[in-house]
Amino acid sequence: MATIRETAAAVPQFKVDELEGPPLTLRQLTWRRFRRHKMAMFGTVMLALLFVYSFGGALVFSEADANAVETAARLQPPSREHPFGTDTIGRDVLARTIYGGQISLIIGLTAMLVELVIGVLVGAAAGFYGGKLDAMLMRFTEAAFVIPQIFLLIVMSKFFGSSMPNISVLGRNFSGSVVVVILIIGVTSWMYLARIVRAEFISLKEREFVLAARATGTPARQIIFGHILPNSIAPIIVSATLAVAAAILAESYISFLGMGVQPPTATWGNMLEGAMNYIEEAWWFWFFPGVLIVLTVLSINFLGDGLRDALDPRSRAV
Amino acid sequence: MGRYVARRLLQAIPLLLIISVILFVLMQNIGDPLATMGGRRPTRSADRERLRRQLGLDKPVLVQYVYWLIGNDWTKVDMDGDGVAETPGVRKGVLRGDFGSSLKKREAATALIGERLPNTLILMGAYELVVILGAVAVGMYSAVRQYSLFDHVMTAVSFILYSMPIFFIALLSMYIFGVNFKRWGLPYFPTVGMFEPAAGKTVPQVAWHMVLPVASLALISLAGYSRFMRSSMLEVLSQDYVRTAKSKGLERRYVLFVHALKNAALPIVTIVGLDLPTLLGGAIVTERIFGWPGMGRLFFDSVSDVDTPVVMAIMMMVSVAVILFQVLTDIAYAWLDPRIRFD
Repeated sequence: MATIRETAAAVPQFKVDELEGPPLTLRQLTWRRFRRHKMAMFGTVMLALLFVYSFGGALVFSEADANAVETAARLQPPSREHPFGTDTIGRDVLARTIYGGQISLIIGLTAMLVELVIGVLVGAAAGFYGGKLDAMLMRFTEAAFVIPQIFLLIVMSKFFGSSMPNISVLGRNFSGSVVVVILIIGVTSWMYLARIVRAEFISLKEREFVLAARATGTPARQIIFGHILPNSIAPIIVSATLAVAAAILAESYISFLGMGVQPPTATWGNMLEGAMNYIEEAWWFWFFPGVLIVLTVLSINFLGDGLRDALDPRSRAV
Repeated sequence: MGRYVARRLLQAIPLLLIISVILFVLMQNIGDPLATMGGRRPTRSADRERLRRQLGLDKPVLVQYVYWLIGNDWTKVDMDGDGVAETPGVRKGVLRGDFGSSLKKREAATALIGERLPNTLILMGAYELVVILGAVAVGMYSAVRQYSLFDHVMTAVSFILYSMPIFFIALLSMYIFGVNFKRWGLPYFPTVGMFEPAAGKTVPQVAWHMVLPVASLALISLAGYSRFMRSSMLEVLSQDYVRTAKSKGLERRYVLFVHALKNAALPIVTIVGLDLPTLLGGAIVTERIFGWPGMGRLFFDSVSDVDTPVVMAIMMMVSVAVILFQVLTDIAYAWLDPRIRFD
């Protein structure tokens, strides 16, 4: 008899409002799917904590703390005074991970925006107009795809690298290389997005609502941005989210190689520069920024995965 | 099939031309090649001008590109600076296999690369072996024991590994297996170089030094590949022919390894072939961390030294390799899976 009860318990229990309330809007449905994705929720919370860490931490440590050089106290192991130890010229690693985190996260987000603008424009133009323009743009996209990103990043950072002056925003000084890194990451990573947008446009432009818009004489620009683009937003959001993670990784790679953001401005990547030379003496000065990069990228990947399932339930990742 | 391959190869020609133009223009501004000529920086401005002329750097970019592409032995160049071209050019151009010579080492770029290429290929060969065998083993085990503890642990681990930058995994493995194993008196792995100078470049030495770089490169890809293998295996296991094989009483092992594995391993071919750009990028970082004298390090050093001919040569070879692998992947896939037809 117990089996009947167990079977009954296995039937999903609907709350009253879910059955009898007004039908859920698309947004509510999406949110519900997202909320049930445990890893995505974990990623969101983790990411919020990381933002609090790097932006809230600025209330505790000033930027001067992060850049204060004290060569007498170089490579100190973690202690009460320096919880994460000090680096090769005696800067406090904890304070630097906080300020480095700000730059890394900002680079991730803004490089994604650059990528988004280029990718959407190229993809939309190629997909919407087709023909010669499409062939040309896609050849170009393919060409940009062939060379591994890191090769391009190294060459381009050298190309633009030394010419940027320092910039100051909100009373803080940043190395001009931050802007360079944002631009080159954006310029070298839009190809995948462009292909997605193009595919969406090619399938959507034959649909009835676009035909109707054309028939009423809507200008092309409005059809592209007002009609087709909003309907292809789901895959764009997903790949833009994942692009933030990829951009943070790309920044850490070139900064690790010493070609990215230049000191004294800290990023999680450039804090690790030359770490292999101190592998025996000082584990702390590469371990903490490294863990922060992994946590950030991991949470964003989870978030992107959850968004994919929530926004576009038909496509499932392997 | 033949037509398809021919078309793909023909399409690659304009693609490579576009790439070479983009790269050539980029290379123009990465710095002054004369400033870093192996520390022998010519100080007198007359010398600088002469060198500039001899290297052909005084010409417009377009002319430089043409010389780079098809050489300049068909025309005369001005060597003594009187404005009259009198010396016949000697460069043969990329199309005839002459990538110019390194500004720093005064050797042909191809010779420099030829020295380093085997070292990188050893690393990559070992990497592919580890990744493919590892991914098939882990992916199959996960698929057969779906939702077991092992499967769940591997899912979590592969998500974490997938999010890891190579340098972090390399540093961690150096710290654990190089530094701490030494400290604990265990047999430890070397963290730098290809061989002990005292022992010489012998096979066991190189193999021993290769363990950590290959492991760090492989772990990251292993994460993605084994997930791929798992889902492909799951799909195959649910198919009718596998059920038929089981129900006619074949041994389980035989069904798994002969019937299922053959088809499940097919998609691996595609990702192995198409992952080459990622692998090459990873090699730059890995070679730098582990002091491995390969192509990645040569590339990195050449960019730092503004050694344009070498950088261009490496980039073009990488591009050719990537395109070639795309075509090879298609061919291999069509050969392995007769259902696929290209036309």
